[in-house]
Amino acid sequence: MTTDLVTFDHVTKTYSGITALDSVGFSIAAGEAVCLAGENGSGKSTLIKILAGVEQPDHGRILFAGQPQGALNPRLSAAAGIKVIFQDFSLFPNLSVAENIAFSAELGHGTRLVQRARIADTARATLARTGVDIPLTAAVETLSVAHKQLVAICRALATEARLIIMDEPTTALTEREVRVLLDIIRRLKADGVAVLFVSHKLAEVLEVCEKVIVLRNGQKVAEGPAADFDAASLTRHMTGRDVAEAPPAPLRADAPELMRVEGLSKAGAFEDVSFTLRAGEVLGVSGLLGSGRTALAKALFGLVAPERGRITLDGRPVPLGDPLAAAGAGIGYVPEDRLTEGLFLTQSILQNISVGRLDAHGASGILDIGGLMAEARDWLKRLSVKAPDPDAPVRSLSGGNQQRVVLARWMARSPRVLVLNGPSVGVDVGSKAGIHGIIAGLSAQGLGVIVISDDLPEVLATCHRILVMKAGRLIEDIPSGQVSETDLAHRLAS
Amino acid sequence: MSTLWTRNETLVALVIVAFCGLAALSDPGFLSVATLTDLLRGGIVLGIFAVGALIVLISGGIDVSFTAIAAFTMYVTAMLLNAAMPWIPWWAALLTGMGIGACLGAINGVLIAVMGLPTLIVTLGTLSVFRGFMLTFIGQKQITTLPPGMREFGRMMIVRGENADGSFYSLHAAFLVTAGAIGLTWFILHRTMLGRQVFAIGGSVESARRIGIDVRGVQFFVYVYVGALAGLAGIIHSSMARVANPFDLVGLELSVIAAVVLGGARLAGGHGTLTGTVLGVALIVLVRNSLIVLGIPATWQSVAIGVLILIGTGLPAWQAKRAAAQAA
Repeated sequence: MTTDLVTFDHVTKTYSGITALDSVGFSIAAGEAVCLAGENGSGKSTLIKILAGVEQPDHGRILFAGQPQGALNPRLSAAAGIKVIFQDFSLFPNLSVAENIAFSAELGHGTRLVQRARIADTARATLARTGVDIPLTAAVETLSVAHKQLVAICRALATEARLIIMDEPTTALTEREVRVLLDIIRRLKADGVAVLFVSHKLAEVLEVCEKVIVLRNGQKVAEGPAADFDAASLTRHMTGRDVAEAPPAPLRADAPELMRVEGLSKAGAFEDVSFTLRAGEVLGVSGLLGSGRTALAKALFGLVAPERGRITLDGRPVPLGDPLAAAGAGIGYVPEDRLTEGLFLTQSILQNISVGRLDAHGASGILDIGGLMAEARDWLKRLSVKAPDPDAPVRSLSGGNQQRVVLARWMARSPRVLVLNGPSVGVDVGSKAGIHGIIAGLSAQGLGVIVISDDLPEVLATCHRILVMKAGRLIEDIPSGQVSETDLAHRLAS
Repeated sequence: MSTLWTRNETLVALVIVAFCGLAALSDPGFLSVATLTDLLRGGIVLGIFAVGALIVLISGGIDVSFTAIAAFTMYVTAMLLNAAMPWIPWWAALLTGMGIGACLGAINGVLIAVMGLPTLIVTLGTLSVFRGFMLTFIGQKQITTLPPGMREFGRMMIVRGENADGSFYSLHAAFLVTAGAIGLTWFILHRTMLGRQVFAIGGSVESARRIGIDVRGVQFFVYVYVGALAGLAGIIHSSMARVANPFDLVGLELSVIAAVVLGGARLAGGHGTLTGTVLGVALIVLVRNSLIVLGIPATWQSVAIGVLILIGTGLPAWQAKRAAAQAA
């Protein structure tokens, strides 16, 4: 019992009457990896904040190495070796890898002058512990997401980390990068460092974990050895219901051709891409990061200008490299990163939906605000966006509801073809099924939908046909009923 | 090598060389010691200002009030020393200026670091307040008789000589002060943890807070330091001009920030070098001093400087955008 690094004993936390954590108890031992699973709003963030000393619990005790702690603060938690790696990594983009890794440790030393040799030593030593090589002098802003995450892990290690808490560690990583991360986690565990993964997409880290804890509505609803859980049972515990992923309804045999792409090429991004899309068809384009899938998605909507090739919609050519013309022709695009590319974060939910319809309601030269907002409210209802206040800024919504807002904006324009790039990135399991339902609904209305994703279960659950993209080329065209997830993963990576 | 060519420093250095070449072609007498000392002299006050502007930009802020701090400081110091302490030596006059400047900088520091107000708005406000306060309550008349310490400093030269054509050239001792300010700032920025924290805050304030950097303390230091530098520049300016004119200096702030941005500092914070800043100042001084040599009317100066800024900051930005488009 005394070997437990951290113990939560009946910890309760309420925010203005709402119980965020309800008498939660668990413990983490040195060298142990634990999955903390839960949907948005299940209390995961509150639990991290309490561990990091940012928030104080209302009831219950927290023990470090068997010793009950009084009121914690961020400094005390850090001194006890508890390090949180936030989803955004909290790095300094303008500084070098070495400086980023050693910054906290150097602050701890309290020296006034820069100890360049010591900084380089710290960085080299911690990078060696992870077994990955990154140039020490590179600026962090030039690194890939996976390497940035690694720098954040090294920074935690540089300050005597005993428990590393990783918030959503895998959302931005490709499958191969997740493998590398898991190897690093195994090394850390061998060193006696404990790891707490906090995520709503945990199936991929299960294999390195000893224990799984599932939170729902602030309560611990399941705890047990990782071997007892799989993706389906995790989902069941997290949502409290079975979210069955049924294959899409079959496409009507007489569905007419809607869109045709011929010989689309852009040097360094994609080469000779051709395919057709029928009305009501959901077409998946799947490939690893760097396969050119995102450039292709953008090219379909004119955000990237291809050098050669043509796109026709209903037999009429769509001008290349012109998003306004593409939108005018009836193509819609939902970007991968809705926070920076898809939403006006500080503007209201209604404004975000209605922005695509300004022209339609302003034909007389004066904007019909009443009509515009009424239409936006109608879409809010139709897509069942859970928004307490439609005039609240869109950033106040959860990931799943934000994505519905982006979808609503396009659907209000009644497009012919929707290109969805990573439709459920950063969306929790329950909302994901909801978004897949929306996709099925679009297809039933006769829209052509192109889903670009490396989330294979999602592609399999939503698409009629899957195009596999590799090194900028479409290498395979598979009807989705004829391939399993492992088989598809193999074709993507091979 | 590819990174070297896309750096602002390289671009600015090339423009300087090209400019000198053109000037030398149209006036063979351009490449002379006299021109060099003129340029160095012209860079003394601008250089100190620019170093201050650089450290603020690196910290992720912007300060437009430093010229008002300088004007306020030089006028008040001259008046104060004349009235109360005419006997103090030149170096004490410089220190007095730095002290008054630091106090005014601390006002910016309190508003920005402690109260958390936006830097541009605060310094636009204090620019106006410092200047207005001085002109309303302290005085508007030029002080033509400076205190003896400042007069002494105004006459101090490190190099003096006569050209072949009988004209004189000289380099003012204040040049050493500017060099010292550049050296000290380099040391702070690159060799002290305080300086690295300035870079860190400029890179990401939120990350800095999360790893326990005292963001307020560092920001407060930055604005006090810039105030002290501005005070120093003010005393030097009036000593060299041998007059304390309360209407001087204010209006220069955008040229100074332009010089720093031309040298590669980013308005978004976290990036900037002293080499680039020195080159940026050199280019702006060169344009101001030499357009006349080239027979171009003085009114074209601001057009020329504006074009340089557009090219100097626009070209790297355009290249970066193209590189990003290629990568997409």
